[in-house]
This record gives sequence, C-alpha cells and structure tokens, in this order.
Amino acid sequence: MSASKSRLDNGLTVILHEVHTAPVATFWVWYSVGSRHEHTGITGSSHWVEHMQFKGTKQYPADSADSEISRTGGVWNAMTWIDWTAYYETMPANKIDLAIKLEADRMANSLYEKEDVESERTVIISERQGSENQPIFLLSEETQAAAFRVHPYHHEVIGDKIDIESMNRSDLYKHYRTFYTPGNAIVVAVGDFETSQMSSKIETHFGKIPKGDKPRVFIRNEPQQRGERRVFVEGEGETAYLQCVYHAPAATDPDFFPMIVLDSILSGASSFNMFGSGISNKTSRLYRALILKGLAAGFSGSLSATVDPFLYSITCAVRTDRSIEQVETALNEEIEHAISHAPTEEELSKAKKQARAMFAYSSESVTNLGFWYGFAEILDDYTWFTKYIDKLEAVTSSDVHRVAQKILVPRNRTTGHYIPNDSKIN
Amino acid sequence: MTVRSTEPLNMRTLPGSEDIIRQTLPNGIIVIVWENPHSPSVVVDAFVHAGSIYEKRPKAGLASYTASMLMRGTKNASFEEIHEKIESVGTSLGFSSAVHTVGFGGKSLPEDLDLILETAADAVRNPTFPNDHLERMRAEILTGLAMRSHNTRAMASLTFYETLFGPNHPYGFSNNGYHESIGNITRADLRDFHKQHYGPTGMIVTIVGNVTANKAMSLVESHFGDWDNKKQPDIATAPTVQSIDCIKKQHVSIPGKTQTDIVLGYVGPKRSDPDFQSVRIANSILGVFGMYGRLGKTIRKKHGLAYYSFSKADASFGPGTWRLIAGVDPSNVNTTIKIMLEEINRLILEPVSHEELDDNKSNALGSVPIQLETNSGIAATLSSMELHGLGMNYLQHLPKQIKDISRQDIRSAADRLLDPDTYVVASAGPQ
Repeated sequence: MSASKSRLDNGLTVILHEVHTAPVATFWVWYSVGSRHEHTGITGSSHWVEHMQFKGTKQYPADSADSEISRTGGVWNAMTWIDWTAYYETMPANKIDLAIKLEADRMANSLYEKEDVESERTVIISERQGSENQPIFLLSEETQAAAFRVHPYHHEVIGDKIDIESMNRSDLYKHYRTFYTPGNAIVVAVGDFETSQMSSKIETHFGKIPKGDKPRVFIRNEPQQRGERRVFVEGEGETAYLQCVYHAPAATDPDFFPMIVLDSILSGASSFNMFGSGISNKTSRLYRALILKGLAAGFSGSLSATVDPFLYSITCAVRTDRSIEQVETALNEEIEHAISHAPTEEELSKAKKQARAMFAYSSESVTNLGFWYGFAEILDDYTWFTKYIDKLEAVTSSDVHRVAQKILVPRNRTTGHYIPNDSKIN
Repeated sequence: MTVRSTEPLNMRTLPGSEDIIRQTLPNGIIVIVWENPHSPSVVVDAFVHAGSIYEKRPKAGLASYTASMLMRGTKNASFEEIHEKIESVGTSLGFSSAVHTVGFGGKSLPEDLDLILETAADAVRNPTFPNDHLERMRAEILTGLAMRSHNTRAMASLTFYETLFGPNHPYGFSNNGYHESIGNITRADLRDFHKQHYGPTGMIVTIVGNVTANKAMSLVESHFGDWDNKKQPDIATAPTVQSIDCIKKQHVSIPGKTQTDIVLGYVGPKRSDPDFQSVRIANSILGVFGMYGRLGKTIRKKHGLAYYSFSKADASFGPGTWRLIAGVDPSNVNTTIKIMLEEINRLILEPVSHEELDDNKSNALGSVPIQLETNSGIAATLSSMELHGLGMNYLQHLPKQIKDISRQDIRSAADRLLDPDTYVVASAGPQ
C-alpha cells in the first residue's frame, strides 16, 4: 500500500502509510520552524521551544506523558533543525492512540511554566557546553557564521549563548504560538493501522484545533559570495581540523540531485535520513587523496537537503604528524580535478547503485519512513521522497560536472582551520 | 485489510525455537538464521573470540589493531579490490573489536549476501597485513588516541574502567590501546595474534532477512565450513573482581574545556547472574525510564544541572559495570555527585512503589517489538541469546521473568551491587 496525503479544514497536512510487517506504528508531527525562522536576540528559540514541549499541558503534565509513553515500551523524542522541528512516538501499534492525543494536545495547550523555563535554560546551556567541548562544533559554528552574513542560517540551531541567557518566557511562548498551528504542521503516521481509522482519529483530535494565523516569515536571502573567506579558531587539543564549506543548492533546485552524486563520488554515499547510516567510503576520491596518502585520520562530506540554499561541507581531522596546510593542498587538488573533469560513467553508476541500496536500508523501519515523509513534505512535497531514486537515476555525468564547476569554485568557499594549542607539529 | 491483533508481547510474532533455524557446523561454528521475506535486505551479525582479553597490557590495542587490518589486504585481494567489491554494490561490511569478541557483519540487498560472506571469510581467514597499510593505520590510531585524550566523555569513561578494575584485569585497560603500546606493536605481533586467535571455536554467524534458511546455511558452510585452527585456545573467561571497599576518585584535567563529564559506578552483574533482570529493571528505575529515570528527574528536570544524566548496567561474560553518568558545568560537579549518591541510597533503602515497578516492567516488555522491528535489531538479539546461552526461547520466557520481579528483588539487586559509601568516581574537565 502506498502513502496518501490529505488536508484538514484547519490546514493540517496528513500523510498516512500502512505497513503491516511488524506490530508497531510511528506518529510524527512536523512544524515548519527552525533556526531559519529566528532573528538576533532569540537565536535558539525553536530548539528551546522543542524542550518546553516536553514540560506538559493541563491534560498531560510533564511526567505523566513521559510515563504513559514509556509504560507501553514506546519511545518518543524530538529534533530541531535549521528548517524544521519534528516530534515522534514509535510504539506498539495498539497503543498509538496515545501519541495522537498527546501530540494534538501539545500543538495548542503547552503550559510554559516560568520555573520550567528557568530549569530548562541551564539544561540548554549545559547542552551547549557539551557541544563546545568538541573542536568540530567550535569550528563549524565559525565557518557557518562566516559563510552566511545575511541569511538566518548564520547561527547554530542551539543558539548563541547570550540569547539563551537572556530570552524569557514570553519570547518562547510567542514563538510557540506563532509557529505551532495546524496550517504550519504536517502529521505523518506509518505502521500497522488501517488508514480510514487512523484518518478519523486524527480528524477527531487535531480537527478541533483553531486554524490560527499564517506565520509571517522574515527571511533575508544570502547575497552571492564574492571571494573565498577564511576563519581560524584556536582551541584546546592536539588535533587540527580543516573544514571547507560551499554554498550549495536547496533541495528543490534542479542542481540538488547532481550535487548528491558529486558528494557521493567525492566522499562516499550517505543518507539524508537522520536514522539511516552510511556505508564505508574507502573507494571515494577523498579517501584516496587524504587517508591513503597518509594526510588525514578521518574526513566526512556533508550535504543537507534544505529549504533555502545551505552548505556542502568537507571536514578533515588532520593526522597528528601532518600539517593542516598539507591536507588543504591535497583537498584542493581533488576539488580542482572535479571542476576540470567530468566523472566517469563507472563512478556515476556506482553512486546510483549505492544510493538505491541506502534508500532500501533507510526505508526499512516505520520510524525511518515517518522521518522521510515529513522531511520531504517540509522541503517540497512527500513525493520528493518517493521520486528520489528516479531523480537520481536521471543525473548525467555532464550534470555533475556542471554543478561541480558552479559550486566548488574558491569564491563560493569558506575555509576554516581549527588550530590546536598542543600541536606536536610546527 | 484488517489490522492484526497486536498485544505488545504476542509470542507468535516473536522469533523463537519454532522459527529460528540453528545449526552447528562440523568445525563448531554456530549458524542462526531467521527468515524475513518482507524485507528488502539481509543482515549478517557474526562473532569470533579474538578480543582484547587475549592480549597483554604492554601490547594493549593489539586485538583491535588486528581486527582493523583484516580488510586491508588478503591473499586473494588488495585493499582496493576488497572495498571496490563491497562499496560498488552499496553493501556495508565492518569489523569491531571488544574485550571478548571481535564482531563483524553488514547489510546488503538479498542478491549480495554471498558477496558479503565471501569477503568476510577471506578477511578473517587470509589477511596479509601489508606494511604500508599497517603504518598508515598506526598513525590513524595514534591520532584517534590523541583525540580521545582531549575528549572529556571518553576520558572519564576510560579512567573509570582503569580505576574500577585495576591494571591487572583485562577490563582495566583500554582495548583501543595507549600511545606507547600502539607504538610497540609489530607486524609479527599482528600476524601471530591472528594465527593464534582467529578460528571457528565459539564462532557465531547470525543471518536475518530476505533469504531462505537453506540458502543462508549453505553459503556460510561454503565460506567457513572448512576453516580450522588447531592453535586456537579455549574461550577465555574474565577473572572475578573484588567489590571496592573505599571511595576512589580520579580526575583528568583538560584545560580549555567548558564541561566536566562524570562517571560514578560499581562492579555490575554478569549476564548469567540469576538476578540480572532485576538489576536491569532497577537500573531502568534509576536512570533510564522516560527521559533518564530518577536521575533525569532530579539532575536534569528538577535542578537543571545537565543535558544528560542517566545510568547503565552493562552485563557480559565477566563482571559488568553499573554506572551513573552526567555532563555538567564544572562548578556543579560536587552537587551532581551528591544527588547521584542520594538516589543510590534511596534505591537501596526505600522500596520502589508498585506503580513505578509496574511502569518499568511494562516498558521492558513493551519495547521488545520495537527492538525487533528491523533485521539488525533481530540479528543483534539472536546473537546475544546465543553468546550468553539464553536459549532460542528466551523471548518466550522473558514475560514471566519480568513479571516475577518483586519490589524486594529491586532492593536486593541495588543492595548487592550499589553502596553510597564505597564507589569509583572518575571525571574529566577543565579544572
């Protein structure tokens, strides 16, 4: 059975897909709000709101919701990203009604008690401190900020510490009420249920939520970059890191699928599904150029499917017996090669076969499917996911070459160096 | 279409002796297969007994280094050929080394199962340890160890194990090794370790997915059935350890960090201990249930001290560990430890409420179908059942085992293993 999509009168989008291979079901609510929708002073508010959504409603006080879900053996969690915030429950299928009621309730009725705002403030500062312990976070925060001067993709999802320290309950509650409306949300259910029954339950619980105003979104597009930018971060440790980021096409841009193939050829196949895992990348071009040549201890390429143009990033951990400059030189040689030569047909067909296999793996569990449908609908339409393989199959070698020539040029790049204070290399 | 009746633990839907195919090959390899014809893929999950328990402290990291070299070249294929073969069809295959075992496995489309097993068999049976890869791997491991020495979470954990088990116990040192020990390992060491310890004794291969049992069995037999190693020793058992009788505190200072990681804990249960399930439920109450159980409620929700504060009871062949873990601002370390000890005391002294016990038991049973939703989840469960001798009807017996746990069982488990007056606490952070 394939997925179906409908819309309630209050604007809520509903995507349902029956899967009867195991007695489980997953229920997701996606909101079109993330760090992209934040301005200076309230950076991190979308993520903080996500935390507050676990602090309870009148009907489901914080601990009672947690206990009710856990008692069934189910799991629930949430995630905030630059474009979206998503909540999900994966449960034994005969208990999934609880997820429907709970998500409908907290779409409109979360309490945001003042003392909960305060205790969560220090939790989020602690979360940020944990990230700051990682050199790659410190470096990424700076390269991303340097790459985006104007667009709100400038700041990290968790927000700037000064904003986490200064925001108050009304900032958060306003953000919640502005963006948590049926017209700004997508409900996805996948698993062992009957579509008509699920549909009427969703109508019963979500249908009564008032439509609300369409959120006014204030986005400033990033002007074209006019030359390479470089940033340096000094910090603790023995290991240097290099990160090169390029402005990349948005998920709906025709160049996006050739970009997926280009990333696969350079750094190996990976999945956009946050629950999916990649395969090894030891035959990728960058593995040969950086690892087999003995320069880096590890590297990763990262392309994100996003609403506005975001970044394609390549991050390398420099071997402690090598210099960051040696790694950067070798990386740039590979980038120049990708600009000057189209990929071979063998490379192209390998990237496609890998993508097909990864697609099969990442569609196996109901939770993964729930992710895919909501993610694709936020970006464009759920068929972005169902037509993924077809669109990838249509990519030609000259498409990949053209996109490499457009994206990988130095003027579109921001290069970041993490310089460790305990380096053994001069 | 009608919806299936789905009680959380419907015995008929869970793998059991009726539908798990288990056979022992003449050379001792145990093969377990569970057919999942609805799935688009197949998963292999295998183990050999060649973990760090078979290495000596001055060569710490030898077992892990050996495992990481297996796919770097064999008598039949170069590094490039091995990886071209598996990556070009989108399969995954990898090795990872633990204290007792080296695990290997991967995932493929059904038509590529033969390719995974053939490649894995060649890697475990015929590695050549080529010199150029060996030195490159050494440099990568050393860089990894340098990263570890600046990672607060990793250093708090490593220091905890070193302190709890001491330098003479195989659990008391890092199975990734140390800067000096990795420098000491020669090519001959790797070859000798492989020659002696890789073999069919105690080996398990579990296959789950879209393949028939007959096909899976015959593939394993064709790639591993003639494997023999007369040098392979008996399966090692971990020495027992004395419970600690004082407070042992260790701190690793990493100036420049913003957060301190804390691990406070004890010697835990063996997987074969009769009260293992009681310990598991007690741990769920302490630091798992909902978002992190009682520790989450106090340290995270009530006091807002940490983003993560949870507990883990790990049980394997030998003595396990029971650990309480949190990452906090450096100024809150003592407060956090105090709360951890209060929660330990409470678990020992106060009977848990009927409701709390029922919630946690219900969670343990209700989560089983979710764990078993994917091929990987089923394969990991079946391998664990075999590794620890739990029997192929373990899942059928689990409901009764869990239901029988009483409030007194929880207190007894906590009282046997936890003590607020004697413990190991390791931390790593800026001060």
